[in-house]
Amino acid sequence: MTEITFDSKDRWIINSLQGGFGLGERPYRDAAEQFGLNETELIARLKRLIESRALSRFGPMYNAEKLGGAVTLCAIAVPEDRFDEVTEIVNAHREVAHNYARSHKLNMWFVLACEAPGEIAATIADIEAETGLEVYDFPKQQEFFIGLKVEA
Amino acid sequence: MRNTPHQLDDLDRKIIAATQNGLPLVPEPYEVVAHEVDAPVEEVRTRLRWMRDQGIIRRIGVVPNHYALGISANGMSVWDVRDDMIDELGRKVGELAFVSHCYSRPRHLPVWPYNLFAMVHGRKRTEVEEKAAIIADLLGEASTQHDILYSTRILKKTGLRIAA
Repeated sequence: MTEITFDSKDRWIINSLQGGFGLGERPYRDAAEQFGLNETELIARLKRLIESRALSRFGPMYNAEKLGGAVTLCAIAVPEDRFDEVTEIVNAHREVAHNYARSHKLNMWFVLACEAPGEIAATIADIEAETGLEVYDFPKQQEFFIGLKVEA
Repeated sequence: MRNTPHQLDDLDRKIIAATQNGLPLVPEPYEVVAHEVDAPVEEVRTRLRWMRDQGIIRRIGVVPNHYALGISANGMSVWDVRDDMIDELGRKVGELAFVSHCYSRPRHLPVWPYNLFAMVHGRKRTEVEEKAAIIADLLGEASTQHDILYSTRILKKTGLRIAA
């Protein structure tokens, strides 16, 4: 992957603008001030950071659970010789948002995102029936701060 | 713990659909959104403010792409933390700059003794391990065992999608 070049001000923006963007008439102008930039300069930097893929996007991050849905993390200990077959069964469920192979006895970890809380248990039961494997459910109990800082 | 679902109407859903992939990068972004959802801009901003106050919007700002930033060795560090200290220590771990997600989750004994999950990002695995050592120091005797699970393959990845 090509290394993205950005200066200290880009880094400052990435680290400091993960929240707090305003809802005023000219929100970029309001946000630009703290970085010693004007509105046009901040917009140009954000465009460049998105184009270079340093940022996935710029805007609101929605909380799926508060939209009436439910999310949980699940894991399965999949026998190595059944890994592809089980991947196919699990991924076929539209409720499976992310699925990662990980280095552990519990070697398959996936996120279930359902539109209603009751669907979590039903989906888990379906996957257990289809695979014959136990699905471990790890619903989050508490969430601590989420964010990522890029080191200078 | 489940959050209470909120009743969203058609306009809310239209606003979510119009903004979930990002805000327009123009001086008056909410004007563009208002035009797209065919509603007055004041109404759009009021609803966005309400969604933010309700926690439906976690935050508004940049969403870093750590893979593109070269921070591609991601380890899910998992810790067995004393239950009576998890609130205090979880908060401290969550504040660390290199931790992007931090949650408490149930144990599944005997297979899974860990109750604190902290996603640690680094350029290399050795960097992730150095950072995990910082967490280990911070937790001290409150955590007796931990592990780091690296992702070896992405098997599926889709984002949040809401239809208007």
